[in-house]
Amino acid sequence: MKRTLNINRKDIELRFDPAESLLHTLRNHGYTEVKSGCEEGECGACLVLLNGKAVNSCLIFTSSLNGDRILTAAGIGTLHEPHVIQQAFVDCGAVQCGFCTPGMVIASYALLQENPEPTEAEVRRALSGNLCRCTGYVKIVEAVLCAAERLKSER
Amino acid sequence: MMNKKYSSIGKDEKKIDALALATGSRRFVDDFELKHCLHCKLIYSPHAFAEILEIDDSAARAMGGVVDVLSYKNTPQILHTSAGQGFPEPSPYDQYLFDKTVRFVGDRVAMLVAESPVIAEAAAKKIKVRYRLREPLFDPEKAMDADAPKLHGAECYTPIGASYDPQRNLAAEVDLGFGDLKQGESDADLIIDKTYRAHYGSHCAIEPHSVKTYFDEEGRLVILASTQVPFHVRRIVSRVCEFPIAKIRVIKPRIGGGFGGKQEVLLEPLAALVTLRHKRPARIVLSREEVFQNSRTRHPVRVRLRTGVKKDGRITFLEMDSLLNSGAYGSHALTVLSNCGSKVLPLLNKIDHLHFLGRSVYTNLPVGGAYRGYGATQGYFALNQHLDILCRELDLDLPEYLKKNHIREGETSRVFEALGEGKTGVRQYVNSCKLDECIDICTREIGWYEKHGKRIRQDDKVRGVGLAVAMQGSGIPLVDMGAASIKMNEDGSFNLDIGATDIGTGSDTILAQIAAEVLNVDLAAMIVLSSDTDRTPFDVGAYASSTTYVSGRAVRKCAEKIRDQIIAVAAEMLDVPAGKLQLAHATAEDPESGKRADYPEICRYAMYTANQFQIHAVASEFVEESPPPFLAQTVEVEVDTRTGAVKLLKLVSAVDCGQAINPRLAEGQIEGAAVNGISYAMTEEYLFSPNGSMINKNFKNYKIPTAADLPEIKTFVVPSHEPSGPFGAKSAGEIGINCPMPAIANAIFDAVGIRLFEAPFTPEKVYKAMFAQKDSQ
Ligand code: FES
Ligand code: FES
Repeated sequence: MKRTLNINRKDIELRFDPAESLLHTLRNHGYTEVKSGCEEGECGACLVLLNGKAVNSCLIFTSSLNGDRILTAAGIGTLHEPHVIQQAFVDCGAVQCGFCTPGMVIASYALLQENPEPTEAEVRRALSGNLCRCTGYVKIVEAVLCAAERLKSER
Repeated sequence: MMNKKYSSIGKDEKKIDALALATGSRRFVDDFELKHCLHCKLIYSPHAFAEILEIDDSAARAMGGVVDVLSYKNTPQILHTSAGQGFPEPSPYDQYLFDKTVRFVGDRVAMLVAESPVIAEAAAKKIKVRYRLREPLFDPEKAMDADAPKLHGAECYTPIGASYDPQRNLAAEVDLGFGDLKQGESDADLIIDKTYRAHYGSHCAIEPHSVKTYFDEEGRLVILASTQVPFHVRRIVSRVCEFPIAKIRVIKPRIGGGFGGKQEVLLEPLAALVTLRHKRPARIVLSREEVFQNSRTRHPVRVRLRTGVKKDGRITFLEMDSLLNSGAYGSHALTVLSNCGSKVLPLLNKIDHLHFLGRSVYTNLPVGGAYRGYGATQGYFALNQHLDILCRELDLDLPEYLKKNHIREGETSRVFEALGEGKTGVRQYVNSCKLDECIDICTREIGWYEKHGKRIRQDDKVRGVGLAVAMQGSGIPLVDMGAASIKMNEDGSFNLDIGATDIGTGSDTILAQIAAEVLNVDLAAMIVLSSDTDRTPFDVGAYASSTTYVSGRAVRKCAEKIRDQIIAVAAEMLDVPAGKLQLAHATAEDPESGKRADYPEICRYAMYTANQFQIHAVASEFVEESPPPFLAQTVEVEVDTRTGAVKLLKLVSAVDCGQAINPRLAEGQIEGAAVNGISYAMTEEYLFSPNGSMINKNFKNYKIPTAADLPEIKTFVVPSHEPSGPFGAKSAGEIGINCPMPAIANAIFDAVGIRLFEAPFTPEKVYKAMFAQKDSQ
């Protein structure tokens, strides 16, 4: 099948199998920053923003989409132009293996869009769909709070 | 925290690959695109123990897009171990890539190779296998009975000649001791005899096991592997696939966590075989379900501890009897078993009469392997509860008791020498131990003396506090080796090539910090390449808490050689005796005459001006001792007496890992390990159906915590200095997982007076124990 989606602010034509998940379609088209950790909606490594909402891309059929807007971690910021959240993850030591990080960044981005000044408990709740086995979350939570602070002073 | 003497050591440098990971540009195995790649799907046994009579793959092969079906019929039959250890491996050679016998639900039967994952999946379902079922063995306690089913035949053997007897399902045995137990018994005022059970666990690295293989332009086999042991992968693949080492290149890209699970060489030989047979790239990526059931686990260990004590608390004898359930194969069966004693018993080094009997047995259940903590986790679960029981029996204060009895600086333990990694160990003295400080911090932070024994109650909820301590090692003495190569570039940057394997721990960063420190440059001047068997020197890999200590020493030694070369060149350039030159920031200078040359000038001189040569060095280090890091952890819990639900309110860790090269990364290691330990204690468990099949093989039913499930976690890195370590460093990677489970068990007892000898501490288990206690009163 073929569909055009707006991925990271560009219209992209995608080719995919009818029963394919958005996760696979994205990865097959080079968006490998979207990771696969379970393919059953439990780990959040595959998180993307779909029309501004954070979703597990492994649970969505690509065929159910048409013209929708998708943002991945690489669409939020790049090595040369990192987003404040990504930089905060780096600065706070929140990245260990980094496999969960793109998903964590998306979850944090979605949270801070909606709630720019979250409490620690709110951060923890917002990240409750994302598993990390390396960090124990201490520094990830710190990073999100730090990003919120930095974004606030930018405003 | 930062030490003034140093410019890079002790500094919270940012992990050098962190930004590339956070923006998704650094790649993991499955992120590499390979054109015309074949996709593989493994087919597993639904039976715990059976002979394969027939594999009918005709229907599968008839499907379009199916390329091959691998099974015992068409693959090399070479006995080996998948343990991924050094040569010769201490684990028994008891497995083939594919065997005619299957020994657990989830054992390999065949592998489908197809043009796409979808075809592979569909075709795999069409494979028909006929089995002759055999009586399975599930109970490790019965494994050595004369009439127990035998899992392995007499052809299996151990390459190091360790104790091994497949006729008795004995995968490994360790028996050692000193003194005279009888004497210890008669000296005792009280004997405490308890049995503790550590259970199965899954590593749950978020990146599943992955491998991709292909032939490069010159016909060499390239293996992109999600592995902790690239050099062992090369050696083992070469042997079991009968393909020369010279034609294999193993590259480790970014790895999404390992924790021991990716030490196992499970998939690499299979993908390699597909590429060798079909001259095409191949890909194998396990599903989460496969990671749970078909890869490796934490070995369950039953530990019986028997100790004699005097009224004052002195232990007159200690007897530890450990029965390790190795599952269907003997991966790490000997070494995890050894560590259950060797990393645990030296902590109490004032015991005159001691006996450790360890046995690893085969059962028709999932296979154990390396897992962070490596036997010590299982042993400390027993020891820490045992000491809590002892102190309660004798009305002693546990923190003070531990401080009085643990091994101290300048001391040794007879266990070090008696027991190593599956063989006799190495005599060593502890030259850095700040465990007292660790205990003090932890008890202070949790409010031990205000809360312990007080059973603070609010409605139906009662609070308690618990403490546990541990030590680990830093590499395997006389075994582990690491190496580094450094070359200088004309802008004063350096290529640091290391065999050491960063699996997410940050070892690339801290090894670069060590080199930057010696060379007196900013971290940014170090360009790190790690773990490419063609490009970097050898290293045993990421296991046994070895990287900082062993590879770190190699890096330091190598950087010192570079420093000497830089000084020699500068001496020639500046016409100053080398002995007068000192390194300041990226500069060599003679403080007396004020003559100086910066690194770019020095390197340009060496490359272009006179007596040209490349400033370059290689160094390797193997170590003669394994200085233990030390840890204390305290927790506070709240037990709901109506439901049995245990809520963890706080966990405090204090660690002595020597000089932390990068305190923030060291903290991250402790925090991650502690949370892994918490979830092992609270929720993680393997549930089996009566036929030995794991029934909860997904994250929905095998719960690991999210950020929302965790309480306050505080971590302290205690100032310390290990004289033999690089800049005083010891290890930090594993130790943090050893204490949450016993500390929580001790806290539950403190709250409600029930002793739980087996985790996870689910509401059902706690409720039942409280109920039973009420009944018996
Ligand atoms: S891969 Fe989608 S939630 Fe795990
Ligand atoms: S950093 Fe490894 S899973 Fe989160």
